[in-house]
Amino acid sequence: MGRRALLILAVLVLVSICALAAAIMYEPAYAPIELPKQASFDASIRARGARVVALGDCAVCHTAQGGKPFAGGLPLLTPFGTIYATNITPDNETGIGSWSLEAFSRALRKGISRDGHQLYPAFPYIHFTRIPDQDIAAAYAYLMSRDPIHATAPHNKLIFPLNFRPLVAFWNLLFLKDERFTSDPRQSPEWNRGKLLVDGLGHCAACHSPLNLIGGEKTGHAFDGGLIDGWDAYPLNQLAHADIPWTKDQLVTYLRTGVASEHGGAAGPMLPVTRDLATVPEEDVQAIAQYILSIQKPGSSNDTTATVAGNDNRNARNISPGTVMFAAACASCHGEGSPMQSIGNRPALSVSTAVNAKTPRNMIQMMLGGISWHQAERVNYMPAFEGSLTETQMADIVAYVRATYSKKPAWAQPEKMVSDISKENAQR
Amino acid sequence: MIQLTVNDKSHSLEIDPSMPLLYVLRNKLELNGAKFGCGLGQCGACTVIVGDRPVFSCLLPVSAVGSRNVRTIEGLGTADKPGALQTAFIKHQAAQCGYCIAGMIMRAQALLDKNPHPSEEELRSHMEPNLCRCSTHMRILAAIRDVAGIRQDVPTNHSPQSSEGD
Repeated sequence: MGRRALLILAVLVLVSICALAAAIMYEPAYAPIELPKQASFDASIRARGARVVALGDCAVCHTAQGGKPFAGGLPLLTPFGTIYATNITPDNETGIGSWSLEAFSRALRKGISRDGHQLYPAFPYIHFTRIPDQDIAAAYAYLMSRDPIHATAPHNKLIFPLNFRPLVAFWNLLFLKDERFTSDPRQSPEWNRGKLLVDGLGHCAACHSPLNLIGGEKTGHAFDGGLIDGWDAYPLNQLAHADIPWTKDQLVTYLRTGVASEHGGAAGPMLPVTRDLATVPEEDVQAIAQYILSIQKPGSSNDTTATVAGNDNRNARNISPGTVMFAAACASCHGEGSPMQSIGNRPALSVSTAVNAKTPRNMIQMMLGGISWHQAERVNYMPAFEGSLTETQMADIVAYVRATYSKKPAWAQPEKMVSDISKENAQR
Repeated sequence: MIQLTVNDKSHSLEIDPSMPLLYVLRNKLELNGAKFGCGLGQCGACTVIVGDRPVFSCLLPVSAVGSRNVRTIEGLGTADKPGALQTAFIKHQAAQCGYCIAGMIMRAQALLDKNPHPSEEELRSHMEPNLCRCSTHMRILAAIRDVAGIRQDVPTNHSPQSSEGD
């Protein structure tokens, strides 16, 4: 009798749990619509939408290398597998052509696709909850007015059970706070605008924060720095502790041109962000810089991490061959008195954020892949050395440059880093 | 003493290990095909093949070459017996001033060694680092297409084909 009651109770509990889980995971589909005519959107709203989309860096992820803007297909390597960014051009079949504004808005704020399936949180909807309604409507008008491009992103390659999308609903219970922006009356309008852009549309914390084991941003560590697409996304709350502390002018120039004369050039996933920010009104970038500089942590940057080797040895083994390599491979641009140093305010290696960083990751990425040509006006180009220099030779240069141009302690095992990063890149 | 293999011939050279490969080829070995263009890895006039990769020889220390074979334009043929790419470049009159051509041919050779029949897209993206001041790119591409067996008349997304050869 007691056992039977227990059994019934167990079944009831199980059924309720299943029902609850189903309720959490279920999202309705929104009815497909006819693609609205471009003329149905006011030109000024579309123009505003272009600004919103640029501030949201949408094109950065939703454009594959060599692909059409917003047509998707860019692979994002995560610890859980590879996710391909989707097509957000208004193609009916493969893009968002049949999405209503309501469906678009739900996707941005709740991470739900028009047909009701869960989007993966590589899409930063947890930040986009803060975007004001009129900005979402403007972004919608802009995207729906572009030329539709027929392009299907490759299938995601995620580990079991994460390939079962509805499970994201439980992740959302933990991390989707539906936060809205409220302005702080004690702060200036510029600061408030900056906070809105940084925390909302710009979703800066999505890359510039460490992630926990299940891919959520670590609570209390926003802007402490993260890892994205094989690149270190440097901490945004320690800019005041750089050898030459960042100023608002430097930050605005960096964000709008990709080069800060006192810190270095943008590369990797940050480079297209700066290209987007070059297109928005300067006041937006001023506001972003104003806010970022207000969130600096006290104290100095702490470099005694596990990735740093002993102070004295400075990888002595590498430095002498590194001198030889640097003289021929690097000095014509980076050496003292070289054209790159004397023309156009190009940053010296000694002030480079990458050379002074905790890990040599970004320096190695730049050496391997270079920085390809972009924009005619302000070019921070660098040739790629992958294939012409061996991993050992690159590690020699890394050790030499760190020892010669930075006051920070030597990096541990540069050769292993070069080798590991080359292998990671090969999977991309 | 630096050991260097160029076009399958080995050399022992008493030189500064940090000397760029380009200077060694031109000034020590008198292989003057590869040119000094910018010295910054921006133009490709100095391109040679090291191992199986096209490299900017102006930015490669000679001591970094190691045991890899260096191939230069001189290794592809002679004036009397030009190689396949050289023949095609002559046929298409792909050179105007000719300064970039040795680099162009070596970069193209590296592609064809790996992939004898690349697509038009692959060809264009592979050749992208090398520049021609005289703008004979269309003829250069036409010459490489001949050797790669790519049709000359297929339109691409990148550029109109109508002006080719003009």
